[in-house]
Parts: sequence; C-alpha cells; structure tokens
Amino acid sequence: MLAYIIRRILRAFPQIILISILTFIIIQLPPGDLVTQQILNLQASGVEVSQQHAEMLMRQYGLDRPMHERYLLWIGNIVTRFDFGYSYAWQKPVAEVIMDRMGYTFAIALLSAILTWVVAIPVGIFVAVKQYSITDYFVTFMTFIGMAVPGFFLAMVIMYVALTRFGIRVGGLFSPEYMVQPWSWGKFLDLLSNLWLPVVLLGIGGTAGTIRTMRAMMLDELRKLYVTVARAKGLSETQILVRYPVRVAINPIISGLMWLLPWLFSGGLLVEIVLNLPTAGPALYSALLAQDMHMAGAYILIVGALTIVSAIFSDILLAVSDPRIRFGAVEGA
Amino acid sequence: MSGNEVIAEVKNLRTYFHVPEGVVRAVDGVDLVIKPGRTLGVVGESGCGKSVTALSLMRLVPSPGRIEGGEIIYYQSVRETSASSLSDIIDITRLKPNSREIRAIRGNHISMVFQEPMAAMLPVRTVGSQIMEAITLHQNVSHQEARERAIEMLARVNLPNPDRIVDNYPFQLSGGMRQRAVIAMALSCNPHLLIADEPTTALDVTTEAQILDLMRKLQADYNMAIMFITHNLGVIAEMADEVAVMYLGKVVEQTDIRSIFINPLHPYTQALLRSIPQLDDVMTRSGERRQLHTIKGMVPDPYTVLKGCPFHPRCPHFMSEVCDQVVPEVIEAEPDHIVRCHLYAPSPEEAQTRKEAML
Repeated sequence: MLAYIIRRILRAFPQIILISILTFIIIQLPPGDLVTQQILNLQASGVEVSQQHAEMLMRQYGLDRPMHERYLLWIGNIVTRFDFGYSYAWQKPVAEVIMDRMGYTFAIALLSAILTWVVAIPVGIFVAVKQYSITDYFVTFMTFIGMAVPGFFLAMVIMYVALTRFGIRVGGLFSPEYMVQPWSWGKFLDLLSNLWLPVVLLGIGGTAGTIRTMRAMMLDELRKLYVTVARAKGLSETQILVRYPVRVAINPIISGLMWLLPWLFSGGLLVEIVLNLPTAGPALYSALLAQDMHMAGAYILIVGALTIVSAIFSDILLAVSDPRIRFGAVEGA
Repeated sequence: MSGNEVIAEVKNLRTYFHVPEGVVRAVDGVDLVIKPGRTLGVVGESGCGKSVTALSLMRLVPSPGRIEGGEIIYYQSVRETSASSLSDIIDITRLKPNSREIRAIRGNHISMVFQEPMAAMLPVRTVGSQIMEAITLHQNVSHQEARERAIEMLARVNLPNPDRIVDNYPFQLSGGMRQRAVIAMALSCNPHLLIADEPTTALDVTTEAQILDLMRKLQADYNMAIMFITHNLGVIAEMADEVAVMYLGKVVEQTDIRSIFINPLHPYTQALLRSIPQLDDVMTRSGERRQLHTIKGMVPDPYTVLKGCPFHPRCPHFMSEVCDQVVPEVIEAEPDHIVRCHLYAPSPEEAQTRKEAML
C-alpha cells in the first residue's frame, strides 16, 4: 500500500513539470510583457522613459535572458518563495491576490461538495432500490433539469426574483454594512447567511450528476449474485445495501474526487462572477482579460497542479476502498 | 409424517412470474420431501423451475416472481428435540419476504450455495469478514470467536492456510477455492438444510469431484439434508439418495437413485438418460462419431399453458386425445416411485373417464 502511494506520488512529478513548462510557454505567447506595459503606463502619466531606463527594467525582471533561464527563474521563485510574480492589474504580488481569496474559495467549494455527497449518495441509492417508482421518475426528472440548467442562469433568476419580488439583495458574501469591517461574530453570522446560496447553486449540477451515477451503479450492483448471497445469509435489506452494493457503487464517486480541487478554482466561475463573490476564480478571470500574464500563469499552473494532486488523492482513496486496485488484480469474472 | 423423519416438505408449491408478456408458471404444483442426512437431487433442463423452487424455499424469489400457492413446511426443531410442538412447524410461504422470521431461518437453518463462485462474494471485502458476518448475525459470539469459527470452517472445507485465507480477498482465490470458501460460509451456522444450486457447474471436472467429495463428507459430519440442483445426471448419480425430475415447473418423476437410472418410467426421464454422452458410445472402433441422442423439439415458450401433459409435444409415446387433453395425475407406479404420466394410469379406461369428466 505504502509502495503504491509512493509510486503514485513519484509519477506525478514529471506531470507537474510538464504542466509548468506548458504554462510558461502559454504566458509568453501574447505580444508584450511586463516591461512594455510598465513603460506604456509611465508614458501615459507623462514620464519620458529613456532607452537605458527600459533596459534597466528589462534586466531587473530578467527579461533580457534566454527563455529557458527565465523559465527557471519563474518556477524557482514559485517553488522556493511561493512568488508567482507581480500582478500588473492589481498592483500587488500575485500570491497576495490569490491568498486573500483562497479561504472563501475553499469554504464555498468544500461546502457544496459536502452538500452534493450528503444529498446525492442517499438519494441515488434510494431511487435505485425503488427503480421505476413515482419517486424514481420524479427524481430522474429533477436531475435532468438540474444537469441541464446552468448554475449561473439559475443564479441570475434567483437574484432577479429576490430583488424584484422580495426586495432582498442577493450576491456577494457580506452585507454592505459588514463589507469593510474587521472580523466579528456578527460578520461571521452574516457570512453564513449569504453563503448558502452560492453553496447550493454550485452544488446543484454536481448533485444531479452524482445521483445519476449512483443510481446507475447501484442498479448494476443490485443485480449481482453477491446481493442474493447476502440475503441468503439472513441480513436485513439495509445491512445488505450498506455492506455490499454500496461498497462497489461508491467507487466512481471517489474517482470523481479527482475533479474536486480544480473545480474549486474554475468550476463555479460563472456563478461566482454573477454572484460577485470574493473568490479566486473571478480575480483570475479578469486577469486573463487584462493580459495580466503572471496572474494568468499562476491560474493555469494552480489549476493544473491541483488536478494532478487530486488525482493522486482520489487514486489513493480508491485503493483504500477497493483492494483490487491495491493488489493490481484483474477480475476474472 | 413425524418430525424425526422430515426436515422440510414442499406441498403443491406454485411460484409464478407476472411479466408484461404474460404469466410464467415457473413452479406449478411441486411436491418434495426433504429428510435429514439425505440428499434430494433435483434435475431438469434450464428453465424447468428447479432454481426457482430452491429460491422459494428461502423466500428469495426475485421480483416479479411470487409464490401463488402451496405450502413449504419447515420442521424447525427436528434435530434439537424429538417432540415437535406446533410453533416449531413453520409454513415458510406464510412468512413475509425479508421479515425477521425468515431472516432468522436464512443462513442459520437453511443455507444456499450458488452456481457462480466467482460472483458469490463481494470483491472488496475479505473472505473472512463475509463469513464472520453470518456467524455474528445468528450466534451470540464476539468478533474474535467469530473469526476463530470462520478459520475453523475454512479448515473444514480443506483450504490450505485457513488463517491466511481468512484475510484474503475473493479475487485472490481460484474458482475451486472460492467455492470452498462459499460452502464454508453457507455451513458456518450448522444449517439443517443446504440448498446447492448447481454448485459445481462453473468448475472444472477435477475440482468438481473434490467439491462433491467434500459436500458428502460434511453432510455425514453434520447429518445435514442437502437439496442438490443440477442438470448433470452424472453428478446426481454420485450425490443423490433420491431424485426428482422436473419438467416445465412440475415434478414428473420422483424415486430413489437406483430406480431412476435402472428403471426410469417417465418418457422425459428416459430421454434425458439417453442424452448423456457415453465415451464408448460416441467414439466407435471405426473412428466415426455417432450422433448424440437428443430430445426432439424445444422447451415450449413459457407464456403459453399447454393443455394436458406439458411434455406431450415432445413425447415419443404421445397418445392423441389423452395426453393433449388431460393433465396427468401423480401416480405411484411402483412403491416409492411416483410418476406423472398417462402411460402408468391404472387403466386406459380410467384415463378416458377422467378426460370425459373434464370435458
């Protein structure tokens, strides 16, 4: 098991290196760089920029060196000092901009992931057991709607209805009166009262999809012989469900964890923009629009690295839950 | 019948499947008697209702199947006390499926071994945990005691290194080993009756012989009744004390093992016996292969109810106006040898009167 984990982690390193190289190439592709931006900016404010000054800036940022050296400098700063460079648009180091927003990003995404599992797994099991019942048809209908309606659209509808019909302001994570205040009990309660909407909106699509997966997996497993064998042992229906088919049916949900971390960053982007949330996604998105290349680079690199990290995470969990993966067995029957 | 002789009795059992195409009468009036320490063999082609009969005994008939009538009497205390009181006689058909009562019987008094050892255990849990589950469910024992009992059972079914296999996963065992583990699981609570539904069909011949040997030995050790379901008459000859031949949901002939092979009465049984490939028969001296004997025709489609004897379209002794009109009654043609066939009716006149009575 330990050997499997170590092997799995070692295998991730070349992947991360490859992603960082690709990221670097991507952020170098568009014309212009930090220095041209800065020179333009200085010129716009009336300062004459001499050739020497420009060259000095180039040297300062290492832009006069060849590409591979610049790559090493860039990745070196990230690895050793967690320095993703400077965001031109925000006039702050990239790391600072992202870190500010990281807490909310994690909180919202984690909560909606938990909501997804808590709702989807039991409901998926239930409708599989009651296949073709009225409940099953109803849930199936609702899950199709949940998967088909985009979260951002739902967010807009809710905001519109809340504002026009009930006069309630929806959006953001804090009410205006708490927006700039330091942390207090009141601010925390205010956060909770605003948090549920993005959590639910971000969770809807995933919940609907997970119900479908769980239902399909359970229907497969419920027909297997070992369920009848378990019944022939004298176990009750609930004991059978929890100890037998669910143990296998849960596996795709665990592999689905692979998408959890990258989804933290990019999955709910549209909903976050519509709801005006102080999370990492919208900040990085606006960076892309503003050609803020260090910011964009950080975004691509983080999403890529998180994808790999969560793949490791879900592979290890899967190995814990399914011994066939642990022992590298190929099922004969 | 006294409780000492019989462990379970199936009387006129009818289990039907209500499907959109119609009603499938999978089991249509089956009578069986199961005795402690004896093996009842049930033979028949695929779809003759032998597995559904077995599942009915444990109330495991899958939806949309339902027991429509008849009784399955289980004499619960047949081994513990000689004097059987009324409450010890249970009609299994009257219990609710998945009720506490039937669950107390399943795995504890009556156990079942299925055809596919590869699919009978959950791949993601250890062999031991799946055996211990049955033990802790029915017996008031600690986790440690259950584990010891599981190891003991694995040793009884002749698995090597039982204390290691108990922590193995099913996919780490071969098919034969797995079927041994499944048998250990079924026997872990000392059942009075073991239902074996083609337990060796998926195994190779050498393993099959070993498993059959093992089952006979365990039966002697525990004085356990076995209901052995198979389509393989060779296996029946090796295992059974008594044989019931089923065709389309009915028992067409039932007698002891010698009579069925030496003196088969029902035309279907006779045809079945002729269909067994014989090595010296198939390969002649001249090297040409002889055609294997088959039963003409096909098993009719399950949705139509045939008038008269269900075997009449395929029967070589078909008697027009009798076999296709009158359902044959159970006839005791010889002592302890019953058959459902007009050929053995006391007289053709009587068959004729019965037919007229029905018209």
